[in-house]
Amino acid sequence: MSSSDLTCRQAVELVTDYLERTLSNRDRVRFEQHLVVCAACSRYVEQHRVITRLARELAVDELGARRDELLAVLAEVGGDPE
Amino acid sequence: MAAVRRGDRDAIADLVDRYGSAMVRLARVYVGEQQVAEDVVQEAWIAVLRGIDRFEGRSALKTWIFRILVNTAKTRARRERRSVPFSAVGDADGPTVEPERFSPDGEAWAGHWSQAPQPMAPEERLLAGEVRAQLADAIRGLPPAQRAVVGLRDVEGWSADDVCELLELTPVHQRVLLHRARSALRRQLEPYLEEPQS
Repeated sequence: MSSSDLTCRQAVELVTDYLERTLSNRDRVRFEQHLVVCAACSRYVEQHRVITRLARELAVDELGARRDELLAVLAEVGGDPE
Repeated sequence: MAAVRRGDRDAIADLVDRYGSAMVRLARVYVGEQQVAEDVVQEAWIAVLRGIDRFEGRSALKTWIFRILVNTAKTRARRERRSVPFSAVGDADGPTVEPERFSPDGEAWAGHWSQAPQPMAPEERLLAGEVRAQLADAIRGLPPAQRAVVGLRDVEGWSADDVCELLELTPVHQRVLLHRARSALRRQLEPYLEEPQS
């Protein structure tokens, strides 16, 4: 194994940079080469992707009944006095 | 925008519907309770409407609105004497995966997984199940700065640039917080992600 090969311990710290596309070209190539030969790290990356996708599902309505009350309050708000 | 300045109710309702829920979620990072967060959001919207004539368009409207939200939330948090240590100085340092998961130095395959992540259950099953509630809990348990970044990036879908602008983070710092947050979430959710072994 050459010294430029990543260990898994190193690879897991690069996952976010990889997914954000902020790795240098050289590091991105090393990372991708590691994934090719390491199913465990490929799974790890996919877990990060899944967490990110699942998080989107949490963008639910938080106002509920309060929405109409809020709009009623805002209807009474004037602009700044001149 | 002009419609909002005019006080057009539909335009205002449109803005509230677009940003209101995200504002509640971000307010909760600072003030904790749902009820207080909703109060903060209402206070922020009042400030938005009162100040809309002064909005010069130097930032995006969204960032301007959320900056008002953050300032309102911080003020409220201070009033309630809620300490919200927002700097990363509170956050733990070090590896984001427990060292025991990898073979130690000096052994064969040093630095490689000794306890690898297991195959995942299909995503449809994850969506239907408990994982969503577990994820919400896990996000709530994150340190505030990590919680804010992962909330805005991954729950709300904001760009890295917008998050950096709102939270006044460098791009590197934002990525570090995002990395630590996602890694912590993955670690907590790992048992729920796995395909159940029979």
